[in-house]
Amino acid sequence: MRIYIVPVKIRDGLWIEDLVAEIANTFGITVETVVRNIDIEKAYDPFRRQYNSSCILLDILNCRPQGIYKVLGIVNVDLFIPILTFIFGEAQLDGPGAIVSTHRLHNKFYGLPEDPELLNRRLIKEAIHELGHTFGLLHCSYPGCVMNSSTYIENIDQKSKEFCTQCQTGVRSYIKSSF
Amino acid sequence: MKNPDIGILIVDDEASVRDSLYKWFKFDGYRISTAADASAALQELQNNTYDIVLLDIKMPGMDGLELQKRIKQINKNIITIMITAFASVDTSIQALKEGAFDYIVKPIDPDNMSHLIRNAVEQRRLAHENIQLRQHIETIFLGDEIIGESPIMKKIMENMITVAQTDSTVMIKGESGTGKELIARAIHSSSNRRYFPIITINCGAYREGIIESELFGHEKEAFAGALYSRRGKLEMADKGTIFLDEIGNIGEKMQKDLLRLINTKQFSRLGSEKQINVDFRIICSTGKDLENAVQEGAFSEDLYYRLNVFNISLPPLRERRIDIPSIARFFIKKYAQSLNKNVRDISQEALQVLVEYEWPGNVRELRNVIERAMVITKGDLIELNDLFFFFPSSSTASEEKSLEDVEKVHIEKILGVTGGNIAQAASILKISRLTLYNKIEKYNLRK
Repeated sequence: MRIYIVPVKIRDGLWIEDLVAEIANTFGITVETVVRNIDIEKAYDPFRRQYNSSCILLDILNCRPQGIYKVLGIVNVDLFIPILTFIFGEAQLDGPGAIVSTHRLHNKFYGLPEDPELLNRRLIKEAIHELGHTFGLLHCSYPGCVMNSSTYIENIDQKSKEFCTQCQTGVRSYIKSSF
Repeated sequence: MKNPDIGILIVDDEASVRDSLYKWFKFDGYRISTAADASAALQELQNNTYDIVLLDIKMPGMDGLELQKRIKQINKNIITIMITAFASVDTSIQALKEGAFDYIVKPIDPDNMSHLIRNAVEQRRLAHENIQLRQHIETIFLGDEIIGESPIMKKIMENMITVAQTDSTVMIKGESGTGKELIARAIHSSSNRRYFPIITINCGAYREGIIESELFGHEKEAFAGALYSRRGKLEMADKGTIFLDEIGNIGEKMQKDLLRLINTKQFSRLGSEKQINVDFRIICSTGKDLENAVQEGAFSEDLYYRLNVFNISLPPLRERRIDIPSIARFFIKKYAQSLNKNVRDISQEALQVLVEYEWPGNVRELRNVIERAMVITKGDLIELNDLFFFFPSSSTASEEKSLEDVEKVHIEKILGVTGGNIAQAASILKISRLTLYNKIEKYNLRK
């Protein structure tokens, strides 16, 4: 039973170790990083100058190792789904896959000086949030919970990286019923 | 209504739009369905209930505007939100004119989308709550608390229902404790104004000057101590009813102000020249003999005739003794619930005392006697020694003038004790049933 993190065309760095540790700690499941050669250019929409997140997620899932539990793709391009101007990430509710983009998590996107630590914290929250959906969790109305919906960057900064008690219980019972 | 109770239907011919909206809303826990065209949407609306429909304006076959019309025919309360690929102002305005809640231009910012749906859901929740509250208001129609099988009470209830349908001013007369406010509230609850407030002013409770401020409101610094502006009770009663309790207690100046108010339906707050228009109905009550006050010059004749458009006179309880057993049992049931006591009835002996008592405090006094008895009684029946009267009376026939009056009162008492049972009453009175029937007819005591 493993959660696989698949960074797509982004350089591995210290942040990935933090991410792996946080996810493993949050879900209580072994986390591994695997590199896959995924061509994301076919998901590019020249009109919108963004990448269709659902297309990339499908490609990530298509090349996942056999018998794995959950997969989290990480990209640095700007993601969209057709009805929305952008998304921070996408997940399959109670499904195997999720994807997160670092593109709009960078301070420089908002015209501010870069802050690697802040970026790291934002990425951890978004990764846990999207993976939480794959564990069957819906958006949570408790403001501090990591499953609280985030539609702009300040939302992400305001919430914690932790599940509230109810969401934590939801994840535990999901894992228990899966095995 | 929680999110899983909210049904959202997404109608768009583009699968990618349907899918992405479906996923987006699913994460918020809503009940979601999709339809690729208008006919599938209409079919879905026939099979299931939805609160919000997001629909594309441009679709092959029936377009979004036409579909919206059909949706509103099915259920005008469904919230429709139009989806358009281009910011076509004309089409969007058209959609809004035809009842759309809002429109979104693809693609939409996630935060705007969240706000839009949250507002739509809130509107739906409020509409739902409004329907529930209206139903609740209808179920708590206070007519249930007006107890009486006597001919006079039946006539009063008939009159009450008739006058409730109009906007006429009503004057309710009756001794203290006969239920004047209850009648006023029942008229309001049965009228078209029932979804708006009924505001009561106890005219006897305020000094001259204070009552003006209460009724009309005041501006900041209108008088010493007016530290802020305040709406008067008339403004609060807009579209509803104002109940002027004990109208006979108002002074001369207030009488003039009220007359002007009734004539113009306009007033101004104290300290302001600005005229305020309000839509209200007046119900007033009095325990005084206002006709006499008019003759003595203590009450304005003009105002009296303005207020006395429809008159309801409530009889004192001693003039409808036949209703005493049912009123007593109503209070026993009511207090058994609120006091959580297992008291189911009153003994025959105790009931006879209630029927024979003079009740100077009328129904209010009867209520207090029953409540006190309910508190102290040990068994499941109120007994004679549980009853306590504030004004015990030795004679019940002191006010009666003739033998016929005494006979009428006595027959009424016995009918009250027996709960209207003719055979039992005839046996107690030691007369034949036929004689009793004749006397009931003669004294108009029939239920």
